[in-house]
Amino acid sequence: MTSPGAADSGDGSPAVSGETWELRLYVTGRSPKSVRAIENLERACEQHLEGHYHIEVVDLLENPQLAADDQILAVPTLVRKVPPPIRKIVGDLSDTDRLLTGLQLRPRKAGTT
Amino acid sequence: MSMASNDRTDPMSAPADGAAGPALPKAPTGVRGLDEITRGGLPRGRSTLVTGGTGSGKTLLGLQFLVAGARDYGEPGVLITFEESAEKVSANVASLGFEIDALQRDRQLVVHSFRVDPAERIETGEFDLEPLFLLLGDAIERIGAERVVLDTIELLFGAFQDQVTVRAELGRLFRWLEDRAVTAIVTGEQGDNVLTRHGIEEYVSDCVIVLDHRIQEGISTRRLRVVKYRGSEHETNEYPFLISASGFVVQPITSIVLDYGAPEDRISTGVERLDHMLAGGLFRGSIVLVSGTAGTGKTSLAAHLADAACARGERTLMVLFEESPDQVSRNMRSVGLDLGHWVDAGLLRMWAARPTAFGLETHLAILARLIEDFAPSVAVLDGIASHTRGSSGPEVTSMVARQVDLLKAGGITAMATTLAHEDETSTVGISSLVDTWLLLRNVESDGERNRLLVVLKSRGSAHSNQVREFVITGHGVELVEVYVGAAGVVTGSARLAQEGRDRSAAVHQAEDLMRRRRELRRGIAATEARLALLQEEIASDRAEIERIDGRQQRQEADDDAARSAMASQRWADSGVRGDGGQR
Repeated sequence: MTSPGAADSGDGSPAVSGETWELRLYVTGRSPKSVRAIENLERACEQHLEGHYHIEVVDLLENPQLAADDQILAVPTLVRKVPPPIRKIVGDLSDTDRLLTGLQLRPRKAGTT
Repeated sequence: MSMASNDRTDPMSAPADGAAGPALPKAPTGVRGLDEITRGGLPRGRSTLVTGGTGSGKTLLGLQFLVAGARDYGEPGVLITFEESAEKVSANVASLGFEIDALQRDRQLVVHSFRVDPAERIETGEFDLEPLFLLLGDAIERIGAERVVLDTIELLFGAFQDQVTVRAELGRLFRWLEDRAVTAIVTGEQGDNVLTRHGIEEYVSDCVIVLDHRIQEGISTRRLRVVKYRGSEHETNEYPFLISASGFVVQPITSIVLDYGAPEDRISTGVERLDHMLAGGLFRGSIVLVSGTAGTGKTSLAAHLADAACARGERTLMVLFEESPDQVSRNMRSVGLDLGHWVDAGLLRMWAARPTAFGLETHLAILARLIEDFAPSVAVLDGIASHTRGSSGPEVTSMVARQVDLLKAGGITAMATTLAHEDETSTVGISSLVDTWLLLRNVESDGERNRLLVVLKSRGSAHSNQVREFVITGHGVELVEVYVGAAGVVTGSARLAQEGRDRSAAVHQAEDLMRRRRELRRGIAATEARLALLQEEIASDRAEIERIDGRQQRQEADDDAARSAMASQRWADSGVRGDGGQR
């Protein structure tokens, strides 16, 4: 999962500055929580990372082994792979504030308010 | 699934003898001893909670359960660990001969590990633990897993902030496992005065096993207890267990009741006179306690037993609590016993361990293993009371009781030596457990210490009530009759002196007799001389008589002749004697 965006990670102002965020969301099939998580994530990204993100949805029902390989204990789990460091956010992402904090998108926004 | 749902209804309705009731299906754990305590293993198709503190052996128990299942019972398994990485798990148990990797390759075992690090997780909104279910379901499907170990599932509470969700998910997980009829071990962290910190026992109610790792007076002791086993008879005591070179071993020896046989044949103690004192030796399978103060020769006596047993070709185990095998070999050479060559011949095994190095239970478990592996017919436990240095009385007694049971159950003739203090009855109340009790005592008198041996008791056998002096010589132990005099028992030099006096008295007596004999002989000789003289006298008197007789006859003959000559001259009576005159 090497992406060109990784090169930009060290410049202190990540987020929207041309870098593509690599997000992976682990879900289990079409469970209500999974569906909600996908919706919540897409909405947040549209708002805060427009055009600079890529969401990969991994359905563990199709490959349970990935849960062990990627250390996914709970679903839904969102993993921010790029920019580093890797961050994990568990839950259906219904609390947008916490989602943004978790993705470290929040501090910048908070600074503007 | 098939058997899982309806045997909850027979908890106490089973007949009193327990075993006869509709047997609860069980899954053997492969842990030596645990299957005995639980009468066959863990409840099949159900979850068992194994709880204990850190380092109490929960993980190992779980692993052994899985490995045994996969290897010995054709029941593949899944391990999900929240404590260690899969590599670490594999490495940790490799030394125990568990080939986790090979079992995984053979599709007999699946290991998943999760690192639980709450710091890197942020929670927002609802979640569930479905990945666990998926992984378990996948293993059950792929390799036909029938056994599951979740180690330590309570760590999940630390992984998430939303405890309500975790709790609900665990409840769901246990129901799910039960529905799939897999036999599971779930491990928990024991908290203060509670079985598990987070109350896991609420969900796992069929069988609860508590592991305990206590440090008492600097000695670690491990114990296991089956707190609960629904619908099954089980032992409720605390059992010592050991994490040995080949895994988890529980010592269920108190379950061995007094049902061992009582053989009639006797074996030698290796000391002839002691055998004699015991009316022919020790009963096979009996337990002898040799107590004595320091340096009374307990080890030497025990070594004799071992030596004699080996000489008969019997396997002998010497468990040395005070010295190393080399030390004992060397020391026994000095009294003329070569134990080393019995070791080389494979008849003798010496195992030494300072009691303080392990807990009492560990010792017991090791002893059990030695007995099982080596199958000795004679055993020596040298220095059992050394345990008292580390532990308090009742524990030692119970420990010794277990050792005795263990030995008796194996039909092993054993001699245990123990250090008695000044008070000879201070032998930790263990004397009632043994069949024969020999007491070795130092007696100090005349500036020296000497050893005495006495048979305090010998069950089911006549035995000497005599005190013997116990002498250690360059060619072994000897028992010598003590001199009992007006001043009491005399030993050592005093005995020798007494014996000397006895000897000189005898010499005197012999000389007296000799003198008397000589005198009498001399008297006889004198008398005989006199007798000869008298006989000579008799003879000469007789000769004189004969001479006198002879002379008399000649006289008479001369007289006759003279008379007839005169008559013929005188022709006095020729008419009377006419013929005669013709001449």
